[in-house]
Amino acid sequence: MLEHQERLRALAAADRRGVSNILILKHMATIPHSGPAPVIAIPSDAAVIRVEDVHKYYDLGETKVHALRGVTLDISKGEFVAIMGSSGSGKSTFMNILGCLDKPTTGRYLLNGIEVSSLSKKELAFIRNSQIGFVFQGFNLLARTTALENVELPTLYARVDKGEGQNRALEALRLVGLADRMKHYPSQLSGGQQQRVAIARGLVNRPAILLADEPTGNLDSRTSVEIMEVFQTLNDGGLTIILVTHEPDVAQFARRVLQFRDGRLKSDHTVKNRPRAEEVLRNMPAVED
Amino acid sequence: MTLLQIIRIASRALARNKLRSILTMLGIIIGVGAVIAMVGVGQGAQEQAQKQIAAMGSNILFVGSGTVSRGGTHMGWGATKTLVYDDMAAILRECPAVAAAAPGGMTSAQVVFGNDNWSTRITGTEPQFFEVRTWAFQSGAPFSQADVDSAANVAIIGETVRKNLFGATDPIGQTIRIKNLPFKVVGVLAPKGSSATSGDDQDDTIITPITTLQKKMTGETWLRWIIVSATSRENSFTAQQQISSLLRDRHRIRAGQDDDFFVRNMADIADLADQQSQLFTTLLFWIASVSLVVGGIGIMNIMLVSVTERTREIGIRMAIGATESDVQKQFLTEAIVLSLTGGIIGVFAGLATSYIINQTLQWQVSVSPQAIAAAVIFSMAMGIFFGYYPARKAARLDPIEALRYE
Repeated sequence: MLEHQERLRALAAADRRGVSNILILKHMATIPHSGPAPVIAIPSDAAVIRVEDVHKYYDLGETKVHALRGVTLDISKGEFVAIMGSSGSGKSTFMNILGCLDKPTTGRYLLNGIEVSSLSKKELAFIRNSQIGFVFQGFNLLARTTALENVELPTLYARVDKGEGQNRALEALRLVGLADRMKHYPSQLSGGQQQRVAIARGLVNRPAILLADEPTGNLDSRTSVEIMEVFQTLNDGGLTIILVTHEPDVAQFARRVLQFRDGRLKSDHTVKNRPRAEEVLRNMPAVED
Repeated sequence: MTLLQIIRIASRALARNKLRSILTMLGIIIGVGAVIAMVGVGQGAQEQAQKQIAAMGSNILFVGSGTVSRGGTHMGWGATKTLVYDDMAAILRECPAVAAAAPGGMTSAQVVFGNDNWSTRITGTEPQFFEVRTWAFQSGAPFSQADVDSAANVAIIGETVRKNLFGATDPIGQTIRIKNLPFKVVGVLAPKGSSATSGDDQDDTIITPITTLQKKMTGETWLRWIIVSATSRENSFTAQQQISSLLRDRHRIRAGQDDDFFVRNMADIADLADQQSQLFTTLLFWIASVSLVVGGIGIMNIMLVSVTERTREIGIRMAIGATESDVQKQFLTEAIVLSLTGGIIGVFAGLATSYIINQTLQWQVSVSPQAIAAAVIFSMAMGIFFGYYPARKAARLDPIEALRYE
């Protein structure tokens, strides 16, 4: 561990001389996760996400679509944010930019202090791998690949060695309560279980943020709450979660709700009397078969 | 990702569509198998030719009545009728580098024994022929010089003729009819197989005294060829020169005029045979290569389908951190695993085919390690060449679009 700190210090020194701080992240990705380490490892005072006047245009030949018309916001470490809005509100575009799948046309986006809009495709792939965990509506697990291997996948792209990757994957599965299902294939798991595997996959590289795009869209109401319970627990542990949803029932479990309309941030408020998912579950009627 | 992990992922993806992968590989298997077997056949022919030529004796020279151009028309072998028996006598007399010589005449005829008949080549020569050609007898003996002098009706038959006319009967002492003349069979030649230079069955022949052939069958007074042995292998070139200048002199060919005969030593014939079989090998190689290329196109086709089918998977991989080069490597590896596996199986298929050709057609087939290595490397190159475009296409996908793909 000490040698890693030495190396990080050296890299930080290099960074002040103008070397990209991606080098630091690259090194951090290979450090073994030993013991009950915090889920994220960034300075607690910094904003994890800083978005400054971001615009996005899509050039569709004759017409120009103005998907984002100037969005500015900060998200701090440990927040649980729900992004809401109707279709065409720009929330998906915003989500893609936050997920480093897309770049803003103008404006700045800093993730963990890194200016994303200036990065190459390869660097973006690296950021997605090390800083962002994705959870999708359709789970998006690889078929005929076991739960453990699905969760392990991001560690392969992080060039983490095999044993360490498996340890991390097992740890992440334990976190979502599915360690006993690690040899199962997605087709052998329920929707809720598949989504938990997807969450574990999102967590395996200890990202700065977990991005969930309509994570409950394919699930029944009880399972949706169960997934929200997982998110709340993870958030309690310090993980920053950003969730896109159009269901107010789901959004209420977050701490902060952002409303998008016509490419602008319409409202930004903190949820009052936030329900605890486990309590909601307790009061829900049991599923009858 | 390590190479091993990439290969594992690729193999698993291929195992997911077993039938499709096997069918795609089949193209490469057939291609590589064809290349191995065909080149094996070509090289086998080449080796057999060399072996036969070596067995014939490296001191042999072949004098043929010449090819000549008359009025712009290229006439075939035997177009000139200037090579005569006296030429042979002169060669024996005046060329010190020549040890022995035998004249040759030829015709083809229907041969009858009992109820069986067989159409074959009749060669007329003298007893020395068997020494010069080092042609052994499986039974009987060569005819004598006396038989030649008296133009006796005696015949020596080749193995093919024996098989077709006599079957289980012992031919020695039997009488066969050639062009309605009775001939007594005095000897049966040991089998020699097909000719190195022309591919003809050398055993499909009957040999009679040249006098018998010329006087009773063809009416020719000139010789088709003279076969000569030099005193030693080193002297064969000297003998060639001596014969050449002697015959030019005897045939009164002036300086600048073309020869009306040709003299070839074994080295020339070996070269010729080599050239021919090399051409044969090259031709077979290119024909077989076509099927290999078709197999490669099959790989490209299936990889393109696979990339389209797995667009969503590619999107997922990119979202969780795969770079363009990771995706490209994955699909390129799949193509290479396909083609290389096909190539290796193809090598075995080729070896099996070679064995079957050897067993059924009795052809010599020789598969060299170089041919195997070349086929394997070539099949891998095929995978890289035809896998590159689909892999590039996969790597260039936009992750957002790919994730949205249904």
